[in-house]
Amino acid sequence: MSRVTKFAARDPGPIARLVGFVAHLRDNGFRLGVAESELGLEALTQAPAADAEATRHALRAVCTGSVEEVERFDDLFDAYWLNGGRVATKSVPTQSAASDHVHSSRNAAEADSNAERDGGTGAPRTPEGAGEDPAEADGTGRLLASLTQARMKQDLRDLVRPEEIAEAQLVAQRLGAALRDRRSRRRRQQQKGDRLHFRKIIRNSLATGGEPLHLSRMQRPDRPLKIVTLCDVSGSMTIYAQVFLAFVAGLMRADPTADAYLFHTRLVRIAEALRDRDALRALGRLSVLADGFGGGSRIGASLAQFNQTYARRFVDGRTVVLILSDGYDTDNPELLGAALARLKKRGCKIIWLNPLKGWAGYEPVTRGMAAALPHLDMFRAANTLADLAALEQELTRL
Amino acid sequence: MTWTTLQTAMAEQGYIANDDLAMAVHLALSLSRPLLLEGAAGVGKTEVARVLSQVRQTELIRLQCYEGLDAAQAIYEWNYQRQLLSIRAAAEDGETGRSVEERIFSDEFLLERPLLKAIRREKPPVLLIDEIDRADEEFEAYLLEVLSDFQVTIPELGTLKAKSRPIVILTANGTRDLSDALRRRCLYAHVSYPDRSTELAILKARCGEIEDKLAGQIIGFVQSLRQEDLEKKPGIAEMLDFAAALMGLGIADLTQDPVVLQASLATLLKTESDRFNITTEVAQRLAGKAA
Repeated sequence: MSRVTKFAARDPGPIARLVGFVAHLRDNGFRLGVAESELGLEALTQAPAADAEATRHALRAVCTGSVEEVERFDDLFDAYWLNGGRVATKSVPTQSAASDHVHSSRNAAEADSNAERDGGTGAPRTPEGAGEDPAEADGTGRLLASLTQARMKQDLRDLVRPEEIAEAQLVAQRLGAALRDRRSRRRRQQQKGDRLHFRKIIRNSLATGGEPLHLSRMQRPDRPLKIVTLCDVSGSMTIYAQVFLAFVAGLMRADPTADAYLFHTRLVRIAEALRDRDALRALGRLSVLADGFGGGSRIGASLAQFNQTYARRFVDGRTVVLILSDGYDTDNPELLGAALARLKKRGCKIIWLNPLKGWAGYEPVTRGMAAALPHLDMFRAANTLADLAALEQELTRL
Repeated sequence: MTWTTLQTAMAEQGYIANDDLAMAVHLALSLSRPLLLEGAAGVGKTEVARVLSQVRQTELIRLQCYEGLDAAQAIYEWNYQRQLLSIRAAAEDGETGRSVEERIFSDEFLLERPLLKAIRREKPPVLLIDEIDRADEEFEAYLLEVLSDFQVTIPELGTLKAKSRPIVILTANGTRDLSDALRRRCLYAHVSYPDRSTELAILKARCGEIEDKLAGQIIGFVQSLRQEDLEKKPGIAEMLDFAAALMGLGIADLTQDPVVLQASLATLLKTESDRFNITTEVAQRLAGKAA
């Protein structure tokens, strides 16, 4: 059985093939450099060359760096090395458009779906791949999805103005500063502290013959909390989305550690898009991502999805999760309660800002909201930027 | 040593590693690179380091990471109390400042913490940096420096170079996302829950006297329990506890006594809601499937 790829006769040899493989991985969103190629070659000297499985294990240890990559590695390995005996036309790669994207492990899942959409999981250099019809590549699935999901497609650039983002940025900056964590175990030298800084005292005491005249102290430093926003952009939230999106955009620009997501019937990560240096272009990119904007809302399912994916990596005890939603959920309220309870267990603080709470006589009687309440650290009204700014005082106390 | 002999050697010490992991460990040894092991809690990541130290017959030095871990706990610390006493004693003896300084900043007053200890051993030890994702980013950055140069600089003593390169194993279970720089510096292996035959081999290796029928049932039960929607899936250590509990209770067949089975689930399910969700009926169904 010869499943092993036949390389072209003019192929320069194993080094070029391995470099070609690393490039193939890179095209598919792996972040690998020259050092990895070198290490891969070294690793191959340690594995029996004729044993494809051993080679696979060895290269996997070198080339992968996260669970997602491990999961995709097998297919990519097969596509390159075990290509059913087909001739690989060229093993030394040319720079392809796909590799221009900068992927980080932080958005590995996103990169994953991108690569799949580009048809990237297969071998990119098989003859079949080359003659693909662009119309076909676009896929019919998306058209169907847009029929069911996005009844109203909206350009966010019409909704949010750049001046508002600048204004929101100031508010976001102040809020970020108000959220401080005071539980660090590490102590730093400080004028007034609760512990003695022995190292410093000893050093200084040498000058006075071992008499510690001045006592230096240390204190636990304040650390900023990481803010994760989950913004509801379902139909019922359309009129408030303007304020909230400006706020989220401002927050992302003010605080490099913040993270942001949109949800309606599903969850989309928008942090990368919003960090675009050009505020208007950021919104443009967002509009593309927010496919389904103004549709129904499935808060519970979106939060559950968040729990299973991003929360595992980004939410910890030093995180504040900010949910901007009116709480009108088409899902079962128990689902929302369970998802929030689970999120809460990661040790984060959960703040829910509900635009409807600002109305006179509002009671959180929607079933979703009632299920959510016991898990919230704070439940406040907010429907203008001024309201968000006013939160500063309260956040300090949190 | 080839990777298959390493695999056998680890098996002799009671650790059944799959091909993937064995190859990764082998590469870590032969290319002297740090190895990053990632996976859910209870799949035996830490155990790899322990077994490796037995295979290589060398010391295991463990650094348990936690939030706020700092240099004083990870690398070195001066013994300040002794220094202070020593300075006072020297002042009374009339010793000069210069010689006092040399004396109190010598090895004698240095408290070695795991990282420094690991690089100052003659025979390369196994350095286990456990749960690296619990430490904060600053520590991770510092660790990168130590792992690439294998040297530690102490202002009072100068730079201490490694006498031998320790075998470094890092473990993480996804509390926090690790930096790309750290991932790139390490070889990587993802340790998942073992498949049926591997887990059976682990059980046989650890509990030699278990009967085949019960062993098969236990593994079948635990494997299908992992398929359920649990908050905390039972790991290998839990499975071994479960087997030990059943053997201690003198059970020969998992389906024979629902009450005892339910009681012994305490070894597998560690949260209230998991206990609540796996009712007697569910447990019986899983046990029936496994039998």
